[in-house]
Amino acid sequence: MSDSARNALTHLQRLEAEAIHIMREVVAEADKPVMLYSVGKDSAVMLHLAGKAFYPSPPPFPLLHVDTTWKFQAMYALREKAAQGARMELLVHRNPEAIARGINPFDHGALHTDIWKTEGLKQALDQHGFDAAFGGARRDEEKSRAKERIFSFRTASHGWDPKNQRPELWNLYNARKNKGESIRVFPISNWTELDVWQYIQLEGIEIVPLYFAAPRPTVMRDGMLLMVDDDRFPLAPGEVPVMRSIRFRTLGCYPLTGAVESTAGTLSEVIQETLLTTTSERQGRAIDKDAGGAGMEVKKQQGYF
Amino acid sequence: MADAIPGYVTETLIAEDIDAYLAQHQHKTMLRFITCGSVDDGKSTLIGRLLYDSQMIFEDQLDALAADSKRIGTQGQEIDFALLVDGLAAEREQGITIDVAYRFFNTERRKFIVADCPGHEQYTRNMITGASTADLAVILIDARKGVLVQTRRHSYLCHLIGIRNIVLAINKMDLVGYDHDVFDAIVSEYASFARKIGIETFTALPISGFKGDNITSAPSPNTPWYTGPSLIEHLETVEVLTSADAAGPFRLPVQWVNRPNLDFRGYCGLIAAGSIKPGDAVRVLPSGKVSLVTRIVTRDGDLGQAAAGQSVTLCLADEIDCSRGNVIAAAEAPPETADQFEAALVWLADEALIPGRAYWLKLATQTVSATTQAPKYEINVNTLERLAAKTLALNAIGVVELTTDKPIVFEPYAANRTLGGFILIDKLTNATVAAGMIHFSLRRAQNVHWQPTDIARADHAALKNQAPRVLWFTGLSGSGKSTIANEVEKALNLMNRHTFLLDGDNVRHGLNKDLGFTETDRIENIRRVGEVAKLMTDAGLIVLTAFISPFRAERDMVRAMLPEGEFVEIFVDTPLAVAETRDVKGLYKKARSGQLKNFTGIDSPYEPPLNPDIRVNTVEMTAAEAAAHIVRQIMPLK
Repeated sequence: MSDSARNALTHLQRLEAEAIHIMREVVAEADKPVMLYSVGKDSAVMLHLAGKAFYPSPPPFPLLHVDTTWKFQAMYALREKAAQGARMELLVHRNPEAIARGINPFDHGALHTDIWKTEGLKQALDQHGFDAAFGGARRDEEKSRAKERIFSFRTASHGWDPKNQRPELWNLYNARKNKGESIRVFPISNWTELDVWQYIQLEGIEIVPLYFAAPRPTVMRDGMLLMVDDDRFPLAPGEVPVMRSIRFRTLGCYPLTGAVESTAGTLSEVIQETLLTTTSERQGRAIDKDAGGAGMEVKKQQGYF
Repeated sequence: MADAIPGYVTETLIAEDIDAYLAQHQHKTMLRFITCGSVDDGKSTLIGRLLYDSQMIFEDQLDALAADSKRIGTQGQEIDFALLVDGLAAEREQGITIDVAYRFFNTERRKFIVADCPGHEQYTRNMITGASTADLAVILIDARKGVLVQTRRHSYLCHLIGIRNIVLAINKMDLVGYDHDVFDAIVSEYASFARKIGIETFTALPISGFKGDNITSAPSPNTPWYTGPSLIEHLETVEVLTSADAAGPFRLPVQWVNRPNLDFRGYCGLIAAGSIKPGDAVRVLPSGKVSLVTRIVTRDGDLGQAAAGQSVTLCLADEIDCSRGNVIAAAEAPPETADQFEAALVWLADEALIPGRAYWLKLATQTVSATTQAPKYEINVNTLERLAAKTLALNAIGVVELTTDKPIVFEPYAANRTLGGFILIDKLTNATVAAGMIHFSLRRAQNVHWQPTDIARADHAALKNQAPRVLWFTGLSGSGKSTIANEVEKALNLMNRHTFLLDGDNVRHGLNKDLGFTETDRIENIRRVGEVAKLMTDAGLIVLTAFISPFRAERDMVRAMLPEGEFVEIFVDTPLAVAETRDVKGLYKKARSGQLKNFTGIDSPYEPPLNPDIRVNTVEMTAAEAAAHIVRQIMPLK
């Protein structure tokens, strides 16, 4: 086949083939894989790809949602439906210590993410003995992620050593590890935000409606536009949420996720706004800004996805 | 951003007709490239510039960049683009690139993935990680410094790994007054080196990543003498010359067999070369069985054809044995199968290559055990001399002969990257220690055949009325291996068993008297003893061996030589302190005083068995008790 025929594969087709190859490699080599499922758009794409990779079998691993009890209600609604549609078991883990101590984003700040998500994830992986976990992280999201391997090796205590990553040659992945160690695998590492959006559009993948603009109750907190998703949101005396037409570029815990004012109600309009915007996708995420410029790297070393 | 740069994202189209833009974007091709070269040649700055000019940097990132530039930047009050790509804390602190960073941008014609590779020699393993997936390499040169050792090294590696599109970007032209003569001198120096290593063509550009000359449009007013394209124009239009992967006969390394029920059996994998359609005849290797493709299954419906680069699921007409590691190939043009190869190796680990040591070799979806001889030679990438070498240290490039424990399906790397490229994995740490590229299989593997004999090993054993075994005693010097093995042999002899005891010291007086005590020699010592023990079990004997045999990998190597169950690992478990107190031969004393080097337990490690078949504790048992215990465990031996 000539070069032009090879290039007849568009970049999205190449990215899809790569992601499917990665998933099959993990299933063939890991003892007990799991797919981290956050209900966001990247998770939706990853789940869709898993369906393709193993068709006509259902994906031969469960989904794991590390819940904080503070996700948007619309996310919980889609979670069950998506797992059923994929014919996969859904495991939900909530850190019992966080429940007991009543950890929440309003009173505990950075501790909230640490205990619910980082510790919760480690607990869930240890409890089930998962040795490989798929994550939907992309290299274009954040500067330390731009440096991470597709097969990212973790010690028995889930640590990541960014200065000593395994070489990763061609599409030949070394999935070997000793007992207790594990591997985080990122099948959509090489996708950009635009790739994800365009793939969602082309494949008709269902995503949480919060990605599309609609009038929603909001308040401003520290320059971030937050949605009042339930009555746990502490309002100042006399404060009344304001209805604004907003949407979200990423989804996390609702009190930590900033919205953007928007009227983009369709995928095309959302993509248009994404392309014309002047701020990055993770700009609405409080988590990246902890610990100076290296917030995400530090969190990842501690075991965060 | 009103004045969009030609070639980059057209804001107008996005704003006015997003669907038209998306349709255009959807059909873009992708170019993966790397930037490499010596430290401080401006690689990260160039990528930062490409991202900045393509408007892939957002305001919040730019604000952070401006603040970081003032705090830790190297460009005074100006923006330090390198900080955009050097994402790790250690990199920003030291102002160097440690690991590959992947960045993304688009123009109207193409989507790009660029890997920024570290320039320091110590991070070569990260550079080669980036290069292995690239279609094109931009090799940067600081115009003030010219061709440096790392320029040569990276050019060599890029060519070795099969990148056929080389761009020589002569950077920092602003610092040499945009001097045409400087440019020409560097180009001609590089050309003579490039020819020697087999780089036939390259494209040279004078640029300034910092000032932006000849990046997006050319010629820059500062280089009126330059007549070629800008860097971006070149990247957008260059025809991607890949190795022959996409052409040639069909190759599918099987990753996984999909069996949802008894009626469906699909073979999954990424097509490594060629194309396939239902009705095509295929051959499954290494078995050589032939069948026809009946379906190419996807969730979106069956395909009429599939080609290199696609992940597919194939169904075959016949129920033939085919599993992970097999290769489905065009029936009339199958790849070779062999177990001995010559290959180029790039060593990527701190611990040097140990000739004779068994490593995992992963090639496509096949994983086998492999050993190498001492390298045929190491290459000095600066002078291209072939140096004699006993090993390959971190970042060394050499040519070796490899032997695998079973035949693998392969093609020369030059013909197919997927079936010719492999990694070596350390069996204990699981680290990826080397990248390899097969040159060819060795003829001796093809021409030395097994001569069939009529009296089989079972016949030998039956005549002796016993089941052959290798009773492998391992433990520290002075642990009591020879004494206990001797007791066991006496007991078996009394029971009319045919035995032979191979003792470490005795074998070193004859068969292995050419070997010393380095790691490599110790491995060869054990390999030979393993082969001798195997011949003796073929003859029906019960073999007892008493060797320190300190490394797990080699004990496992001998286990793998023998039929399942015939290797009995006996761990003579004596603490170092006890063995040292005994010191029957006075060796510990010599080792402690430094007269004896590489002594196990002192300055060379002992790796105790994790799951020995039998363990004897010589502190709690006498030699006679230990022997009796072993005999009880191994009976009846029939």
